[in-house]
Amino acid sequence: MGVAQGVSAPAPLVSVRGVTVRFGGILALDGITFDASEGDIVGLIGPNGAGKTTLFNCLSRLYVPTSGDIQFRGRSIMNMPRHSIAGLGIGRTFQNAALFDTLSVLDNVLVGSHHVTRSDFLSNALALPWVAREEKDIEARAIEKLRFMGLESYADQPAGGLPFPVKKRVELARALMSQPTLLLLDEPAAGLSHGEIETLSEQILRIRETEKVTILLVEHHMNLVMSISDQVVAIDFGKKIADGKPSDVQSDPAVIRAYLGEKI
Amino acid sequence: MKKLSANQKILAGVAIAAAVALPLVTPDFRLFQASQVLIYAIAILGLNLLTGYNGQLSVGHGAFFAVGAYSAALLMNFAGFPYWTTIPAAALICLVVGLLFGLPALKLDGHYLALATFALALAVPQLLKYKAFSKWTGGAPGISIDKPPAPFEFDIFGRAFNADVWLYLFTLGITVLLFFCAWNLVRGRIGRTLVAIRDQPMAAQAMGVNTAIYKSLIFGVSALFTGVAGALNALTVQYLAPDSFHMFLSVFLLVGMVVGGMGAVPSALFGAVVIVFLPNIAGSISKSLPGAIYGVLLILLVYFMPKGIWGALDRLRQFRLPRHRDTGSS
Ligand SMILES: Nc1ncnc2c1ncn2[C@@H]1O[C@H](COP(=O)(O)OP(=O)(O)OP(=O)(O)O)[C@@H](O)[C@H]1O
Ligand SMILES: [Mg+2]
Repeated sequence: MGVAQGVSAPAPLVSVRGVTVRFGGILALDGITFDASEGDIVGLIGPNGAGKTTLFNCLSRLYVPTSGDIQFRGRSIMNMPRHSIAGLGIGRTFQNAALFDTLSVLDNVLVGSHHVTRSDFLSNALALPWVAREEKDIEARAIEKLRFMGLESYADQPAGGLPFPVKKRVELARALMSQPTLLLLDEPAAGLSHGEIETLSEQILRIRETEKVTILLVEHHMNLVMSISDQVVAIDFGKKIADGKPSDVQSDPAVIRAYLGEKI
Repeated sequence: MKKLSANQKILAGVAIAAAVALPLVTPDFRLFQASQVLIYAIAILGLNLLTGYNGQLSVGHGAFFAVGAYSAALLMNFAGFPYWTTIPAAALICLVVGLLFGLPALKLDGHYLALATFALALAVPQLLKYKAFSKWTGGAPGISIDKPPAPFEFDIFGRAFNADVWLYLFTLGITVLLFFCAWNLVRGRIGRTLVAIRDQPMAAQAMGVNTAIYKSLIFGVSALFTGVAGALNALTVQYLAPDSFHMFLSVFLLVGMVVGGMGAVPSALFGAVVIVFLPNIAGSISKSLPGAIYGVLLILLVYFMPKGIWGALDRLRQFRLPRHRDTGSS
């Protein structure tokens, strides 16, 4: 691309271009465009039903946009099958904590390593030595992730019966297990107390440091978003209404209007 | 990967040793029943991998049992295969048939998949009776095969090591092998992935799981297990007719899976014991209404053991060994 020498900004890791999603009569996303740079934490805010989760679902190819394009490392992902998104380096959590309910917490986190493990039906059935080694390796890594999220004591419990905030932490551990370069977090602070949000924000910052990961963060807790984001994108009724530094977005009249009545 | 505890290892070892020693204390016709239990256990295990672990409901698994049985018989009668080679051959054939059926079945979910498998179960016995194939299948009257001979004969503790004993031990060996493989599968990466697809297909895809490939592969593997059971059944009974593979066979396999306990490997053995012996028990309670008694007994079993016999045993174990559980304030 013909960028001027010297001051060329690094190419964005993710580039969302004019993404529109229509569900029957509902325009869930309406020409959303923004970039996220490598290593940044990008907050995505907007009132309920603004389209934040829909955008995440487009990034993980669960939804197919009506129009527009999404590029990751300069390449369009629009023709990729869902299951190759993890291999590309995009990991995520779900707003409603989509855990595998009957699996233990440890096994949930282990599924996160699916795309970095190789064990096939036959080798697995015959318990070949390399399969056992692979299992040992990922188990050690999974326990590391559980420890990081403060979840060791839950390792053997079925995920289905856990309290919601614990489920959200398990999901984060599972997403980390896939060694993402881009991490999509959909309301990780939902249901957390004040003190727990503090812990979470430290964890997110540490994840960014240690895993060298770029994070898209959907959150309704404004303090959390504004304190840890490098960039904030605000959406309302599927349209982008602001995009910039947290302080600028926070004082943007359009954002204040969208949140009228809500504390920001 | 979950490992067996020392106690569980001892229990499995004792169970296998007892099964090997069984011919010493058992007359031939009881050995036949024991073989039947092992055979149905393999078939139920196959169904459980598909339905219990992966959540794909098949109400037509008897069809794969039939394909395995007829593969073994035809290969012996028309291609001169030695009896023991029919097991790997039936495994391969049923794997392929299962994959071929599993691929289009990907488009079907829940009730629709159940309907498609139901159609399969209806079609197979009719195809076996069909005139054009009767040169090989023997049509409605069926076909017989030679009894597999014992590789050597001798007496041990006054018990003749004869063809019946050999056939039972042959069946036992394959049962142990297949249970070992299934157990390895479900406690490792493949098992986790199968359950993940059942619990949350979208999240599984987001973790990089190609759900289509896994769902069709497990269909093939499931058919392989059930087909090997069919082949073993052919060797044990030495006579096949289409009517032995009617819709009820598929239903019995489902009953065995549910009553044994879904989503566990050893449960298939308990399910098999139930489907082999429950009809006799029902018949001995009432000669005139065995079907009704059978139904009542089934309802009682399911009512008192909603997670199957294995689930009930598991609860008993946890009851006796209460584990410390962190209730965990987050
Ligand atoms: N699968 C779907 N089918 C139909 N409509 C949908 C679907 N998914 C989302 N929508 C609609 O799209 C709009 C945006 O929803 P979305 O879940 O993306 O909002 P959100 O910003 O994540 O809201 P919240 O903060 O409440 O999570 C809503 O009107 C929603 O009802
Ligand atoms: Mg949402």
